[in-house]
Amino acid sequence: MLGKTAGGLFWMARLLERAENTARMIETGQRIALTRAGSGADDWLSVLQAAAMSQGYLDKNGEIAPDLAIDWMLRDPDNPSSVMAVVAQARTNARLVRTALTHEAWEAVNSCWMRLRDALARKVPMRDLPKVLSLIRERNALVRGAILGTMLRNEIFDFIRIGTFIERADNTARILDVKYYVLLPSAAAVGSRLDNVQWDTILRSVSAEGGYRMAIGPDVTPRGIAQFLILDKRMPRSLNFCCDKLGDNLNYLAKDYDMRLPCHAQADTLCRRFMSHDINAIFDYGLHEYVQEVLDHLARLSAQIEIDYRFYG
Amino acid sequence: MAMFDEMQADGGQVRSAYSTLDGWLCDEDAARLRAKQREAEDLFRLTGITFNVYGRVEAEERLIPFDIIPRIISAREWQRLERGIEQRVRAINAFLHDIYHRQEILRAGRVPQEMISSNEAFLPQMIGVAPPGGVYTHITGVDLVRTGPDDFFVLEDNARTPSGVSYMLENRETMLRMFPELFSRTRVRPVSDYPRDLRRSLAACAPMAHEDAPTVAVLTPGIYNSAYYEHAFLADKMGVELVEGHDLRVVDGRVAMRTTRGYRPIDVLYRRVDDDFLDPLNFNPESALGVPGIMDVYRAGGITIANAPGTGISDDKAIYSYMPEIVEFYTGERPILQNVPTWRCNDKDSLAYVLAHLTDLVVKEVHGSGGYGMLIGPAASKKELRDFERKLRARPGNYIAQPTLSLSTVPIFTSKGLAPRHVDLRPFVLMSPEGINVTPGGLTRVAMKKGSLVVNSSQGGGTKDTWVLED
Repeated sequence: MLGKTAGGLFWMARLLERAENTARMIETGQRIALTRAGSGADDWLSVLQAAAMSQGYLDKNGEIAPDLAIDWMLRDPDNPSSVMAVVAQARTNARLVRTALTHEAWEAVNSCWMRLRDALARKVPMRDLPKVLSLIRERNALVRGAILGTMLRNEIFDFIRIGTFIERADNTARILDVKYYVLLPSAAAVGSRLDNVQWDTILRSVSAEGGYRMAIGPDVTPRGIAQFLILDKRMPRSLNFCCDKLGDNLNYLAKDYDMRLPCHAQADTLCRRFMSHDINAIFDYGLHEYVQEVLDHLARLSAQIEIDYRFYG
Repeated sequence: MAMFDEMQADGGQVRSAYSTLDGWLCDEDAARLRAKQREAEDLFRLTGITFNVYGRVEAEERLIPFDIIPRIISAREWQRLERGIEQRVRAINAFLHDIYHRQEILRAGRVPQEMISSNEAFLPQMIGVAPPGGVYTHITGVDLVRTGPDDFFVLEDNARTPSGVSYMLENRETMLRMFPELFSRTRVRPVSDYPRDLRRSLAACAPMAHEDAPTVAVLTPGIYNSAYYEHAFLADKMGVELVEGHDLRVVDGRVAMRTTRGYRPIDVLYRRVDDDFLDPLNFNPESALGVPGIMDVYRAGGITIANAPGTGISDDKAIYSYMPEIVEFYTGERPILQNVPTWRCNDKDSLAYVLAHLTDLVVKEVHGSGGYGMLIGPAASKKELRDFERKLRARPGNYIAQPTLSLSTVPIFTSKGLAPRHVDLRPFVLMSPEGINVTPGGLTRVAMKKGSLVVNSSQGGGTKDTWVLED
């Protein structure tokens, strides 16, 4: 496979995953705004922060307004990370690697872009927001389904999966990074309204409120959330789950090529150093420092994969 | 001017090749057909068969209009076309070999020396080079027009990097998906073997003997090129890599592509990049699309480039006027397909004639293509005629002129029912040491506007599925 193609697949998958995560964040923000009296600008600011989009937004708009925040995350042409921009880039990558995709997978990506281009052509009125958000999720699910259902399990598939799990791990880690302080024991004035909102935000941002109840129980605690999002192997957006899958797909490549590269050692280190402790050890170490290091490690791993598999030359 | 309609004879009766289609159309409801027409467009958008229009600011992707009424060619008509096309492509290939080697045709005085020596399309870098397998024109798209029952003319021999073959294939796929019942009533020769034939034909031209199958790749200028869809489509269907210039470099005397496991040599490069951009070391130094040093590898016999560099000299519009002589010179036969009479404006008497009859003629730039920079006399405004007259006087050698042919018509489906529109036909021809292969069918381009003679997609032309019937 061409190095360029591997890079195109990796980025196509990362960007699609990012679009879906952003849509989920908007949904969370909107849900809080509608269900919690007295919530306001701060909640949208923290949603923008979790999506790593607050700086660009504030530079353009100055202050927080819910409709502007939503528009910024969905489609503002000045935001290169908006759902629309990211889906367009994913589709450009898919065009670049057209020959590596099945007909079904390509059509799913292309129609995702076409449908969103229509749906996001103008600012979305509040009453249409739920429809548009579920369209984004549905279209992404179709792409995922087409990929899972029609693509060979070979190097092409591996690069897609690696992109997906790096992005997903990065996304979950970012949410923890922005919200770590509400999970710290000192802040845990259990049951206060504010904390409940914050914890709810975290769980919903990773579609985990139902999963948490099922896996951990009805009582939401900071330690429970951290345990669930970092270490739980059943939770498909947890750091441990993502790193595990990342390691699997990198190992398939190593076996397929009969070639172990620096990125494989890095992925091993990531799993060994960060995923093998219990949650108490992580809190003792410092949640914030821990998450920062994971993010750092993910970024370095991503860059190493680019080098090892010659994405750019 | 008498117009020849391919479906209906003058008396109104339907020609035999179209009789099944006609019967089917009579039973069809217009509303259902309109819905089918829309469905076709949705299918094309979904597949992403779009093209980018040059000279437009926005990098907008557009659909080429597709018309659901097929254009039908009888087995007998096709037999003659096929022989004529084969003869022509054989002659073009022999001409190219000769021009870059002994130049017998110039010595024999059949083509004047200056037509070659002062021609921009002639590549001195190709003199004395023997392309692997002796093949120059691996892929040719011969543009044909028709004016009567047996009157087919060659309008152009596209011997550089002809495009449009993906439309031939996708138009058929779309028709099969939409009107399966129609195909069960008619025996239409399949076109779907083209990608496999192309790969086999290219592989047969590999520069050296191989134990394994030779490595073939398609070279594209990139995703912003107007024909990118087709490049990806062909690479996909052939099961080969689609590469860009920056994926390639010369390694150990071979052209190699950067893979996830390092550099791997390529045997045959089907390039969809013009000669001028192929190699910044040997041609245009500004080119970022090509591969530095690829021409040196090529001259040393390390890679096959398809089509060979320098084939442009054979489909040049000034050389075109000599094609009857060229066919006779190399095949010893009378040309089966006619040439359109052509005035070369660098000839003084011809120029005088052209200027006197500008309103009746089509004037083309010698090196132009895609319908750009041409004048259609009968349709031109006074100002356009004046402007062109000035251009002709300033650089007569840059132009040729031809009579305005009364192109045949085939009906298209419009909101008001069937209506005749002018068409042309581009069959695709593969050549390898194993022989010449003409795919039964081709790309039918149709002028969607009533009365218009311009079928180019860049000028609003559309396409149709082209059926060649079984015997």
